[in-house]
Amino acid sequence: MALEKITQVSGKGIHVPGADLDTDRIIPARFMKCVTFDGLGEFAFYDVRFDPETGEKTNHSLNNEAYSQATIMVTGENFGCGSSREHAPQSLQKYGFDAIIAESFAEIFFGNSTTLGLPCVTGPKADLEQLRTAVDADASLEISINLIDKIVTYGEQSFPIEIPESAREALTSGKFDPIQELLENSAQIEAVASQLAYIAQ
Amino acid sequence: MGKTLYEKVWNAHAVGKLADGRTQLFIGTHLIHEVTSPQAFGMLRELGLKVKYPHRTFATIDHIVPTENQDAPADALAAEMINAIRENADEFGVTYFDLKSGKQGIVHVVGPEQGITQPGSTIACGDSHTATHGAFGAIAFGIGTTQVRDVLATQTMTTEKLKVRRIEVNGKLRPGVYAKDVTLHIIRLLGAKGGIGYAYEYAGDTLDNFTMEERMTVCNMAIEGGARCGYVNPDQTTYEFLKGKPYAPKEDKWDEAVARWDSFASDADAVFDDIVTINAQDIEPTVTWGISPDHGISISENIPSPEDAATPEEQTTIKEALDYMKLPAGTPIKGIGIDVAFIGSCTNGRLSDFREVAKYLKGKKVDPSIKAIAVPGSQITAVLCEKEGIDKIFSEAGFEWRAAGCSMCLAMNPDKLIGDQICASSSNRNFKGRQGSPIGRTILMSPLMVAAAAVEGKVADAREVFDVEAIPASA
Ligand code: SF4
Repeated sequence: MALEKITQVSGKGIHVPGADLDTDRIIPARFMKCVTFDGLGEFAFYDVRFDPETGEKTNHSLNNEAYSQATIMVTGENFGCGSSREHAPQSLQKYGFDAIIAESFAEIFFGNSTTLGLPCVTGPKADLEQLRTAVDADASLEISINLIDKIVTYGEQSFPIEIPESAREALTSGKFDPIQELLENSAQIEAVASQLAYIAQ
Repeated sequence: MGKTLYEKVWNAHAVGKLADGRTQLFIGTHLIHEVTSPQAFGMLRELGLKVKYPHRTFATIDHIVPTENQDAPADALAAEMINAIRENADEFGVTYFDLKSGKQGIVHVVGPEQGITQPGSTIACGDSHTATHGAFGAIAFGIGTTQVRDVLATQTMTTEKLKVRRIEVNGKLRPGVYAKDVTLHIIRLLGAKGGIGYAYEYAGDTLDNFTMEERMTVCNMAIEGGARCGYVNPDQTTYEFLKGKPYAPKEDKWDEAVARWDSFASDADAVFDDIVTINAQDIEPTVTWGISPDHGISISENIPSPEDAATPEEQTTIKEALDYMKLPAGTPIKGIGIDVAFIGSCTNGRLSDFREVAKYLKGKKVDPSIKAIAVPGSQITAVLCEKEGIDKIFSEAGFEWRAAGCSMCLAMNPDKLIGDQICASSSNRNFKGRQGSPIGRTILMSPLMVAAAAVEGKVADAREVFDVEAIPASA
C-alpha cells in the first residue's frame, strides 16, 4: 500500500475571505462529538455558513451554488490559528478541499494538514490578491498547483509558491503520513514482538 | 551504571530510529474506548489496513455511558458511538468488554482489573489518563487519534525518549490523608507544567506501602503534573494484585513472569535526571481552589489572593481563576458552599475508595441541598461494592448509587453540572467547563473529603466531620 504522490493539485477555486480564520471557526467545538472524521465535512465553517440565531443560510461564499464544485480554497493570512485539533483540517478535507492557498498558515494547522495530504501553500500577497479577484469573478476558473515546479497557474497567469521543503518532499514522495514508515518496518516490529513474553502469550 | 525501569522498558520495546530522528516504539497493549477510536478505525478502513495484533487490543465504553440506565444512550449520537465501537471490535477482531459482559467500566479501571495491565509492558490508549497503568510498572502513554491508528495498524508509534524524575515520598501519612492528597500535593509542589519532558517514577516507603489502588490514584494524575507518564516499580504488592486475574499469566507461567517483571524494576544504582523528596507527614488533606490542578491548598489554608502573588503573571492567573470560580480571595476554603458531590472516575472510583468512604458515611446524611452521586469505576467494582452492602450505605446517606462509567468527570454522558454549580469532586481535572456546564465549577479532593462536603453542604475537613482519628483507617 503506497500513498499517492501529491505532485500537482488542480481544480476550481473558491475565495473564503478573512484573516486569522481560527480552528474554532473552521470546525466549532460542539461538532467534535463524533464517531468518524468523515461526517465533519458538513460542519466546516458551520457558524459562518448558517446564522447562529435563525439557522438560515448566510450569504457566505461557501453557500454560493456557483462554487459548489470548488476544491481549492484561496484565503488570507494566518489561516488555521487557534487550537491544535486535527478535526479542523479533517473537516476541510472531508468538505472537499484538496489544497489551500493562503498568505500564511498557523504552524500546527499546517503540520496536521500535511500529514493528511492536504497541501497548504503560500504565495506573494499581490499575486494572491489577483487570484482572489479572478476566482470571485469566475466560478469555473481552473487553478493548478504544481508542487514540483512550485508554481500556481490559472488562466493565462502564474506565480511562484512557497512550501517548506520537508513538507513538499513528504507530499511529492507520498510519505506525508508516518504510517508508511511505521508499516515498512514490519520485520523489525515482529522481531521485537517475538522477544516480548507477554505478546506471545 | 544501573538503569531505570523506564530505560529498560524502552530498550525492550524500541523498534528503531525513523528518518526524522524519532523512535518507533512497540506498544504491547492497546486500550481503546468509544470517543477517540472510531475515527482511527475509519482511517484504517480508508487505508485498507488491519489491526496488526488484534489480541493485544482491548476495548470498552465509558465516556458516554449513562449511569442511571446504561442501556439508554442519551441521544442518537451517543447510540451511534456505542454501535461504532461494537462494530469495530467485531470487524477487526479485538476484545471488547461490552455493557452486557459484566466487565465494562472506565478503561483505566478495566485494564488492571482484568490483569491486562502488566509490569514491564508498554501501554497506549487514546486518553491522557493512561498514565494510571504505570502503577504496575508499565510505561503507559495517552495518545492522539492518528497515533491510535498507528498503533492499531502497526502496534507501534513514533515517540521521543523522556527524562526520568524520581519522586520519593517517605513516612506514614497522617490519618485522613490519602493517595489523592499525595498526588495533589506533588502537583501543587512541582506545578502543572513541572513534568513536561519527564516520566515520573513514584517511589519511597509511602509508595512501597501503598496498595495497588492507591498507586493507581497517584499515577493517574501524573498527567496533571505535566509528565507524559508515571510509574511505580513492581513488587510483591503488584504481583499479589495480578495473581489469578483473567489475563494474568497462568499458574505454570507465573514464576517465570514474576522473575521477568522483577528484572524491569529500576536498579538500586539507577541514575535519574532529577530527584525530589517529600515527607509524607507534611501532606494535609488537599483541595483545589482554581481552574488548574496545581491550584491546590490544604484544607486549613486560605484561598490565595492576587495581592499575594510573587509575579505579575501569577497575579493574572489567580485573578482569572478566582473570577471564574467566583470565590472570595484570602478567605478560608473550608466553609465554601457546594451544590454537587461526585465520587467516581479513574482517579478514585475503585473498591477501596467506596469502602473507605462507607466506613465513615454509615449513619450520616448528605445535606438535603446537595446532589450527591457515587459512580463505580467498573461493573465489577459495582458488584463488589454491592456484595459488601456499600451501595446501601451510600443510598441511605443520600447519595445516588449509579452504574459504571466516567460520568461527571467530564460529562459527555447526561451527568452534568448546571449553570455555575460548584462540585466537590474526586476526579482529576478542574478546568473551566470540565464537568459539562461552560460555567460549572470544580473543587478536586479525596473521596472522603467529597463525602464530608456532601454531609456539611460545604467544603469541610473530613477529619472533623467524621472524627477520623477515632476510627482506624483501613489497611
Ligand atoms: S474518568 Fe475522567 S479522566 Fe478518567 S477516563 Fe473517564 S473521562 Fe477520562
